[in-house]
Amino acid sequence: MPKEIFAARLENLARICEFVTTVSRETGFDEADTYSIELATNEACTNIIEYAYGEGMEGRIECSIEVDEKGVTIVLRDWGRPFDASEIPEKNFDVPLEELGARGAGLRLLRGAVDEVVFEPLPGEGNRLTIKKFR
Amino acid sequence: MVETTQIDKVNVVKAAGRIDSHTSPELKEAFDGLLDESRYKLVFDMSEIEFLSSSGVWVLLETQKRCRLRNRGDLVIASANDNIQKTLDLAGLMHFMKMYEDVDSAVGSF
Repeated sequence: MPKEIFAARLENLARICEFVTTVSRETGFDEADTYSIELATNEACTNIIEYAYGEGMEGRIECSIEVDEKGVTIVLRDWGRPFDASEIPEKNFDVPLEELGARGAGLRLLRGAVDEVVFEPLPGEGNRLTIKKFR
Repeated sequence: MVETTQIDKVNVVKAAGRIDSHTSPELKEAFDGLLDESRYKLVFDMSEIEFLSSSGVWVLLETQKRCRLRNRGDLVIASANDNIQKTLDLAGLMHFMKMYEDVDSAVGSF
């Protein structure tokens, strides 16, 4: 199972995404699916950096990828604050433009891009986030 | 990474590569600079953008809010590839932004 550890910084988003898209392409996913996997990984890691760790908190993200005949499973592990995505409402776009706020768009993209997203806050030990994209 | 040009009354903003939480502040700065100069007829040329995250989506929405205030203008999209269009669709941005195949059509829409 390919695994890499990255410093949890926004400037590393491109490197983390490159890691997952390389595995995705090498294991036969097409460009559209590879893009969806990249989008979900990017949004998940952004949440980890901005919410689980937050401003001024150094940390790391461990990214593991497992591929089989059914699809790809990406597990993102962090050691920041427990993050419960159910506390953030998914963005509702059925409102006038001027009433739209900033929260929830990332989760909407994360959940919309892939087939399964499971958040597991681990009290005292950070979070585990599992993303699955089927073939 | 971000270039702006003017064609008649329309300003074209062109960016390249990845738009994520690390790079989107530069894009926001470019749009804010034009809006602060009362330029509200804007085209975003996405022909060289390979990746767009939710942070990029929010730069576009916040820019659109300022453009459309009191019907003074519009932000329209040109040359978005299939993956970018999928992101815009997933994010619900299609409700709030017109899309054109190329910059000429987008500029001509004003």
